[in-house]
Amino acid sequence: MKILVCISHVPDTTSKINFIEGDTKFDTNGVQFVINPNDEFGLTRAMWFKEKQGASVEVISVGGAETEPTLRKALAIGADSAIRVDTDPIDGLFVAKQLAKVAKEGNYDLIIAGRESIDYNGGMVPGMLASLLDANFVNTCIGLEIEGNTATAIREIDGGKETLTTTTPLVIGGQKGLVAESDLRIPNMRGIMMARKKALTVLTPEAVEVQTKSIAFQKPEPKGAVTLATSVDELISLLHNEAKVI
Amino acid sequence: MSVLVYTENEGGILKKSALEAASYGRAIADAMQTTLTAVSINGSENEKLAIYGVDAILAIDAEQLNAFNTKAYASAIKQAAQKDSATVIILSSSADSKCIAPVLAIQLNAGYLSNVVALPESITPFQVKRTAFTNKAFSITEITTDIKIIGLSNNAFGLKESSASGAVEAFSPTLDDHHFGVTITAVDKATDKVSIADAEVVVSGGRGLKGPEHWGLIEDLAEVLGAATACSKPVSDMGWRPHGEHVGQTGKPVASNLYIAIGISGAIQHLAGINSSKVKVVINTDPEAPFFKAADYGIVGDAFEVVPQLIEKLKEFKANNA
Repeated sequence: MKILVCISHVPDTTSKINFIEGDTKFDTNGVQFVINPNDEFGLTRAMWFKEKQGASVEVISVGGAETEPTLRKALAIGADSAIRVDTDPIDGLFVAKQLAKVAKEGNYDLIIAGRESIDYNGGMVPGMLASLLDANFVNTCIGLEIEGNTATAIREIDGGKETLTTTTPLVIGGQKGLVAESDLRIPNMRGIMMARKKALTVLTPEAVEVQTKSIAFQKPEPKGAVTLATSVDELISLLHNEAKVI
Repeated sequence: MSVLVYTENEGGILKKSALEAASYGRAIADAMQTTLTAVSINGSENEKLAIYGVDAILAIDAEQLNAFNTKAYASAIKQAAQKDSATVIILSSSADSKCIAPVLAIQLNAGYLSNVVALPESITPFQVKRTAFTNKAFSITEITTDIKIIGLSNNAFGLKESSASGAVEAFSPTLDDHHFGVTITAVDKATDKVSIADAEVVVSGGRGLKGPEHWGLIEDLAEVLGAATACSKPVSDMGWRPHGEHVGQTGKPVASNLYIAIGISGAIQHLAGINSSKVKVVINTDPEAPFFKAADYGIVGDAFEVVPQLIEKLKEFKANNA
């Protein structure tokens, strides 16, 4: 089985979010970048397929040279090889088209992308990719088993989950639940050393027509001070008369 | 030219998020001086859509679509959009709609934006406000394609009634076998509980509750308020509660009208996930808990004392205000 795991290079979840250049650009100054958490759950599940079923695992990212440490981390976790499409991602469709080109040529059985990146939260790359490849698609996937070309997947739905059967080629929108948080791996020294020798191929991007463009960012209004109630009665009164939510 | 809204139902009954999407669609249609059409798949309450400003309903009735299927649903909605020459298509942020929208975007060569929280800032150029960086910021983004798809955040716009004719027309899209490559074999869903996505009120518990055996407090409070239950990340990581209840940056986002956090200190990742909720209440023993800086109302106190009182007093309040 050939697996492609799509990796987004995103600010760490604890990052303070600021903008520069007239609020048009994210301020990366002092920000630590990581593998998008939704992608990392998928990568870890891919490692399971590699170790238990002999799958090969390739990782791919669309981004500039600054994203290479993130790809190297994925290699240190255990991916076999990496691809970087050398361009700044513009929007979800742009990324999906770059990925689709590589995916078509690579003939993968399984492609795992996170259900969304935690920076732009588009939530569209897995679905677009499945559509561009005419592959089967399971979003918000919290469980996945593959035997031959048959897959059994669990999808999180509003208020529950459902079990699905499908076939490869398959695109997954992954998230926590594909593996448990405690299954995530911290690369060890041997993994880091080996990652340096693994292939990281840099590809030139395809021209893609832009469909959406970011005009400006805004930060939420600063929050007023909390109103502390001294009794449960006072709280209920505040929620009823002032906030009008009960 | 028209505005098309996909009005999702559950067992035929319209979801609240569908009525919200219709309300939002009405407002866009007014701004664009055009009509609002709804597409409904196996819905049994189509007449109700007129109340939320829907001019016409394309009612699809197809046994093949009884179970949700991303590609088949996307294809049906695409055909409705083409029949109606829709230039703006609106979907909610339900789990199913979030599957459909990107597939539909490719099929219609349409620009798609998710997590939209307000009416367009302008129609020409078409610019909307959406959340980004997991609710730590907003982004004003322009869609440049002829057909535009909007995924509306839950509870961002609210329900707005306005009268319209709501004429129902049967519509039969062509369904192709190759759309059905994914089959549902089992569904596991608590039918008696409100889901986090649909809830107006969410009651959430953290490590301060000391163990899963104390979750009766959260459930009882949720029951009084008709609320969904949720939890912080450590609580789901420790297995006290199922993953589906984890709210925050790597869990589910919450955009309820009222969010009550009990025994949750307020890590930045948690606050990001619940930031879209309108009114936040925190109950915590530690007055220095970061959550107090992000909350609207709070009580400094022990959950084991405060919450039982709150349940009792709310029962009285509900009885008096019924």
